[in-house]
Amino acid sequence: MTDIGWIDPVLVSARPQVMGALLRYFRDLDTAEEAFQEACLRAVKTWPQNGPPRHAAAWLIMVGRNAAMDDVRRRARQTTLPDEAVLSDLDDVETPMAERLDGEHYKDDILRLLLICCHPDLPATQQIALALRVVCGLSVKQIARAFLVGEAAMEQRITRAKARIAGGDIAFETPGAVERAERLAVVAAMIYLTFNEGYSASAGEAEARKPLAEEAIWLVRLLLRLFPTEPEIMGLTALMLLQQARAKARFDRDGNVVLLEDQDRSLWSLPRIAEGLALIDKAMRHRNPGPYQVQAAIAALHARAKRAEDTDWVQIDLLYANLERLQPSPVVTLNRAVAVSKVKGPEAALEMIEPLAGRLESYFYFHGVKGALLQQLARPEEARAAFGRAISLANTAAEAAHIRQHLDRLTR
Amino acid sequence: MLYAILCYNSEEAVGSWSKEYHDQTMARLHTVQDKLAKQGRLGPVARLLPTTAATTLRKGREEMVIDGPFAETKEQLLGFYIVDCASLEAAIDTAKDLAKANPGTGSYEIRPVAELHASRLPDAKKPAA
Repeated sequence: MTDIGWIDPVLVSARPQVMGALLRYFRDLDTAEEAFQEACLRAVKTWPQNGPPRHAAAWLIMVGRNAAMDDVRRRARQTTLPDEAVLSDLDDVETPMAERLDGEHYKDDILRLLLICCHPDLPATQQIALALRVVCGLSVKQIARAFLVGEAAMEQRITRAKARIAGGDIAFETPGAVERAERLAVVAAMIYLTFNEGYSASAGEAEARKPLAEEAIWLVRLLLRLFPTEPEIMGLTALMLLQQARAKARFDRDGNVVLLEDQDRSLWSLPRIAEGLALIDKAMRHRNPGPYQVQAAIAALHARAKRAEDTDWVQIDLLYANLERLQPSPVVTLNRAVAVSKVKGPEAALEMIEPLAGRLESYFYFHGVKGALLQQLARPEEARAAFGRAISLANTAAEAAHIRQHLDRLTR
Repeated sequence: MLYAILCYNSEEAVGSWSKEYHDQTMARLHTVQDKLAKQGRLGPVARLLPTTAATTLRKGREEMVIDGPFAETKEQLLGFYIVDCASLEAAIDTAKDLAKANPGTGSYEIRPVAELHASRLPDAKKPAA
């Protein structure tokens, strides 16, 4: 076998399970990472001749564990007083590999690995960086590029994050059902955050940040394979796939934002839409709705509309009403107002968002939506004021440019 | 004789292909398919979505709808080809050509076809290639 391109994806895909198991053995992230690295090196050496092992993850766990134990023993010999405690502790975990792999262990191993990246003491960006490094196996350089910072700064950030979690307690016992569900929710939130870091980038940054969205999809698929009957995880996966399906249509050639209703739908990714729709259909059968499922159902209605004017706004309005109940927030109400403006007209929508003015005073989209509604109601002076406020709050040049287009239309 | 060549592989590994590796592999597989098509031997080809998108209906006195594929396996059914082959040897050779184009992990199950009915789908219903 001369072409060894196939090895890398096998190593990447085995990484969460192998790292999760090694972390359970050694209870130390750095030791687990070194052991994994060593196992990968040996895989690259032996797999091209021998072909892939029947169970790649088991092979990597075995080889990685042995390599790290050799290392511990060697170090122990060099010191005057061998650390017996460490050695006997390691010997304790030598139970049959296959039994551990085929048992339920590996799910909790991977969940634990994801969970330690979500340590509540870590700021969100550090959680994401750590997950990309530890779970996805991205290089520090790749992560730095996605976060638009220097490599040294990112290295420091990740080292600091690791030190932070090393001091904390990591729960190694098998979680109960309630605790597992809580862990799942925390991890899902981190993955969606990672996705949004990539997805909400402006046109100029989109290319650099794209890996964040793609890795988040890789992570959520991993989570869904572990918990294939969880409707909210189906919903989150569907939501991310349906949103990312539109990636190519979201900016024009000059880097301006193209709104959903103006997008060239032939640029949408059909396989992603097909998968997203399949998953939301499956999730809905459980009749146990949650915020991710409802958001995915809204995205699905957009995906199903062949043209913007075919969009089922009545249904979208109902789904947003649902979301308001599940997860009350002024931003959700603002989004609902857009659907209401399509169903009942701009007057009703404006009435709906006016009470939000206080809470969304410094929110770019609030003033953008308000301006657009006022524009539709032929109140150009007030619309201009709202758009002006939106521009002053814009986070990116593309956002500001988009609002300026509205202003141009007003003056014409 | 018609053979179904069923493609089994770890969907985790295939799902971890980089875009470059994906594009290269697909290009190599298309070359194999084009050769078969030119020989008039290539029937329908399908690539399936991940097993997480699958639902299973278990028959019985009380039907059960289950999330996920029919069986939990280390390698998953990810797609299939229908190919006209003069003999089992020829079918194995075709599978070897596919294996060369897409090396590494996985298996091809070579399964003779008993009946094949022409697709009656309107063109507009076919998913994109």
